[in-house]
Amino acid sequence: MNLISRAPNVWCPGCGNFTIQQALKEVITQLAAEEYPVENNVLVAGIGQHGKLFDYMNLNGFYGLHGRTIPIAAGIRLANPNLQVLCVAGDGDCYAEGLDHLIFGAKRNLNVTVLVHNNRVYALTTGQYTPTSTKGYRGRSTPEGIEELPLNPLELMLVSGASFIARGYTGRREQLQGLIREAILHRGFAFVDILQVCVTYNNLTRYYNEHVYDWTKEGVEDYEKAWEKAREWDYNTDAKIGLGVLYRHRAPTFEENHPVPEPLTRDERRTFIENLLDRRV
Amino acid sequence: MEHKEVSVLIGGRAGEGISSAGQVIAQMLGHQGYRVHMYYDYPSLIKGGHNFAIIRGADQKIGAVRNTVDFLLALNQETVDLHREKLTSEGVLVFRSDAANAEGVAVPVKRLLEEEGAPAVMGNSAILGAFVRAAGMDWEVAETVLRKAIPKQIDTNLRIARRAYDEAEVKTRISPLGAKALPVVTGNEAIGLGLIQSGLGLYCGYPMSPTSNLLHFLVSHGTELRIRVIQPESETAAILMALGCAYAGIRAAVGTSGGGFCLMVEALSLAGIAELPVLVVLGQRTGPSTGLATYTAQADLQFALGAGQADFPRLITAPGDADELMAWAAACLDLTWKYQLPAILLSDKTLCEGMYSLDTSQMRHLQIDLELADKNVSPYTRYSLTESGISPLRFPPASGEIIRVNSHVHDPDGITTENEETTKAMADKRMRKMRGLAEEIEAMDPVHLGGDVDASTALLCWGSNKGICEELGTKMGLRVIQPVVLWPFPERSFARVCKGVERMFTVECNESGQLARLVRQFGYASEDVILKYNGRPFFVDELEALLGRAIS
Ligand SMILES: Cc1ncc(C[n+]2csc(CCOP(=O)(O)OP(=O)(O)O)c2C)c(N)n1
Ligand SMILES: [Mg+2]
Repeated sequence: MNLISRAPNVWCPGCGNFTIQQALKEVITQLAAEEYPVENNVLVAGIGQHGKLFDYMNLNGFYGLHGRTIPIAAGIRLANPNLQVLCVAGDGDCYAEGLDHLIFGAKRNLNVTVLVHNNRVYALTTGQYTPTSTKGYRGRSTPEGIEELPLNPLELMLVSGASFIARGYTGRREQLQGLIREAILHRGFAFVDILQVCVTYNNLTRYYNEHVYDWTKEGVEDYEKAWEKAREWDYNTDAKIGLGVLYRHRAPTFEENHPVPEPLTRDERRTFIENLLDRRV
Repeated sequence: MEHKEVSVLIGGRAGEGISSAGQVIAQMLGHQGYRVHMYYDYPSLIKGGHNFAIIRGADQKIGAVRNTVDFLLALNQETVDLHREKLTSEGVLVFRSDAANAEGVAVPVKRLLEEEGAPAVMGNSAILGAFVRAAGMDWEVAETVLRKAIPKQIDTNLRIARRAYDEAEVKTRISPLGAKALPVVTGNEAIGLGLIQSGLGLYCGYPMSPTSNLLHFLVSHGTELRIRVIQPESETAAILMALGCAYAGIRAAVGTSGGGFCLMVEALSLAGIAELPVLVVLGQRTGPSTGLATYTAQADLQFALGAGQADFPRLITAPGDADELMAWAAACLDLTWKYQLPAILLSDKTLCEGMYSLDTSQMRHLQIDLELADKNVSPYTRYSLTESGISPLRFPPASGEIIRVNSHVHDPDGITTENEETTKAMADKRMRKMRGLAEEIEAMDPVHLGGDVDASTALLCWGSNKGICEELGTKMGLRVIQPVVLWPFPERSFARVCKGVERMFTVECNESGQLARLVRQFGYASEDVILKYNGRPFFVDELEALLGRAIS
């Protein structure tokens, strides 16, 4: 089946979202050739330009609410842990509106993949600052420049207990593809902050190209080292921007803690009710 | 004296097990063939403060208590001081003689515990044993009920109860009624049983009175029932988990109170447009906002009717006792799945945390079938435009198929669209489901008719006021009309039970007469609304006086 849908694509020409879409398509295709049938994927989308991926892909999906991909994903996983759930979120979406859910997804080690299209701007609502916008960003709601410092999502995920943390960049498609694949195959909460170029409201292509470098693949299970790497760049001050896997470790997942039981039959349920009521007479 | 009804008040400090002791008394009365109701009054704190329960048994189904009691069981002086007034002239006071000074049946709890080498938590067994003797009930009643109600160290508890029983004297006689003994449950439990009956797979709840105990009840039996019970980070997350679960084909419900429901509203309209089934148990308490955390109200009806942006079909029910809570919790879950829409089951603190006799023999077990898609038809269309508005369901994974649900306006495949014809066609499709639902509801006995059914003066009520209105309707010669389904409003059934009504009085626990307002839309005017909104339910004598004045 063609993984790209019939829906007309309305992303701006040159948008980083195309790269994410291509990378995801490649990974799903590869995985389908292995042991992960396409129909086992469910894409849970937030609201924003990123969320349009729901329409553009021929995948099962739940196009939910702004900021709320993760609790929906949790419900899907509780119902059927054979479904591979991909949360497609925005930086406004899951670092502002739904930040609590992001933290709790990581804390519970929910076995889902979270791809954050971090363009560091509210794109769909036409250019307001987000929690990761650089200090001084002049958005339509902050014409004088935002006075606040940005959040560092990697640090946030480290303290929250995410068991897979990575950073990709839409200017490095092949690497991004590898990260998405690793994230999907990771058992536990897999978080990828994707520096996504927004050509219209926040085109940082040049800046990123000048600053990015690849993290080594060694020592990704070292928590202390992960802290060092996460702090190299605070999403604000000029610094080297590492790309790749920041941290990975294996821990019990939410789903493993809440396995799906074989449901009781109607008669068994009736017997339970009768027995319970018998103790109340 | 021959009792046709009996009332018992037990009181003490918070943390002293008043609610459990109340339940034992309720079960004892149930065991004797009484139909019971327990009202449980407690402040919002953990230890200390005054708690009390009034347990009333009668020879007919009841749902309210009186201001007067036949027995006062006092675990401390405060209880004696606060409630002595309520005791009838022939009433019996049973008290802890080491914690209160009074006249009546003195129970030396401390001494009995010491003599049996038992811990302080067993003190209530002594009071209960003394009560059984003072009420002239056989020891067998105490033994049978305590054995069932007390899971731990039953032998020591029984020895203590027996000693107190032997030391006390018979003051009066609560005689068995000869009717079938019925089990006693809280409203929360009745709701839980209904959900279990109709195949609940997942329950999500963020703690909030008065539905926290539904969360606790389900989790305490979760393993045995093979259901999952989750406490997420917020009510927003709770309902979204339920919706994710529904998308993948598992039945889910959530429970909360008004404040938590505020947070759920965003997802309620999502359920509306995405056509996902979910049942919200909305246990009302005194508001607005945090209000009175542990007291009652019926003030969220208009909120439930209007919650969420724009129009979408929904089901709202307001059962009025344990039988109805169980039956309608089951039916609501079935109906949300059949029609793929959100349902709200309105309860309140009185129902949720009060206790009622449960009569499952009167309950109809409705078989409501889902429309599942034919797996041989490809491609599957999640939002197929059908005559009934119901698009047959499939769940992922489905080989070769794509199953999309969407919060945006979408086409039959679930892909976002801004097309004007599709926008209208989908809105019409969703609203067509309401027609089928309304039809089905009319056949489900959605409006209860009781009291003096031929009287031309009617009491209109909903939810927890059912029992008290029935009782007073029968006594005062008034017809009682209680719509159990509030939306879609069962117009035909309502018209049928209203035939011949010349005067209508509405009884509600809110400040503005929310049900009166709803029925006015359908052309029914109330001559007067009798309202109570101080956090407490109506007491029988109180409402009787109010009705007498209003109707004369
Ligand atoms: C509850 C709610 N608030 C606000 C909006 C309006 N809204 C739509 S998209 C968006 C921001 C999108 O920013 P981001 O999540 O970063 O996504 P992007 O468009 O940049 O991909 C907002 C505020 C909404 N849909 N829902
Ligand atoms: Mg953004």
